[in-house]
Amino acid sequence: MKESIEAFITFLSQPWPWYVAGPLLALVMFILLYFGHEFGISENLRLMCAADGADELNEFFKIDWKNGGWNLMVALGAVIGGYMVSHYFLGSEGNIAHVSDATVASLNEIGINVKQGEVPMVPDFISWEALLNWRGWLMIAGGGFLVGFGARYAGGCTSGHAISGLSALQVPSLIAVMGFFIGGLFVNYAIIPLLFPWTL
Amino acid sequence: MRMSRYILIGMLLGFILYKSEAVSWYRIFEMFRFQSFHMYGVIGSAVISGIIIVQIIKRRQVHNVEGQPIVIKDKNKSIPRYLIGGAMFGTGWALAGACPAPMFILMGAGYSVFVVYMLAAMTGTFVYGLLRSKLPH
Repeated sequence: MKESIEAFITFLSQPWPWYVAGPLLALVMFILLYFGHEFGISENLRLMCAADGADELNEFFKIDWKNGGWNLMVALGAVIGGYMVSHYFLGSEGNIAHVSDATVASLNEIGINVKQGEVPMVPDFISWEALLNWRGWLMIAGGGFLVGFGARYAGGCTSGHAISGLSALQVPSLIAVMGFFIGGLFVNYAIIPLLFPWTL
Repeated sequence: MRMSRYILIGMLLGFILYKSEAVSWYRIFEMFRFQSFHMYGVIGSAVISGIIIVQIIKRRQVHNVEGQPIVIKDKNKSIPRYLIGGAMFGTGWALAGACPAPMFILMGAGYSVFVVYMLAAMTGTFVYGLLRSKLPH
């Protein structure tokens, strides 16, 4: 029994291929629909604003955030899931991202020094230490601000538009995903290379 | 307890996005450089499976747990809000390397700096709420 549990943990600890992850994401969407809800994680940011008192300041936050309790529980589950994977399901290779050789080469060209097979899941420039300089603030707080603003302006994030919206063949979601790529490509090619020539 | 099922769904989401490495800044960088099929495979196979699921729901009139037919509302038609809002979102996504679900997952994984990201994202959401009536929708 103990051996089979260990074998199962080892099995789950491998990197999951895209053809496992993608259909499972669709399953998450279906389970939520079955329970009467639409998959959308960024709505939690609005719920948390409302819960913190923004509902008294602005009508956009006059929502009964307790009705969104189910979604906050999904977010809480995601936190627990992250804890469990990082503690028990990392596998022998540890906490690394298996990016392509081409990506490692591009990163090195920009001045982000990583070695193939040792690329960490989260870079050291996304950390508390990184907040000792402006680049960290731009990437972490600036990025967060734009994600929060943009997600509500566009009415959804990756889960609401790219997965739920495209699955329901919604043209607005296709426009939003095109927007994601316009912003993402601009940052990736024009901004990130400017941020990394110097060690700060 | 009714809420516990949502915690389980969230845990599943955490496992999927962590083990497929979609929570990694480097995977998002790689995606925007078109240097691997991986993230396109994750999102693409989710969408293809999702389209099949939604079509079955519509054609068979699948009912939800409360016995009501599942209805997926159409999103309001517009271009500027989706394009501009989407571009802002994409800008932030590529900078921080995480969208809202990975933010929660990585906080749980011990990357507590994502608290700063979350507070900034809440501020962004709040500022949008204040400016909403002045923005093109």
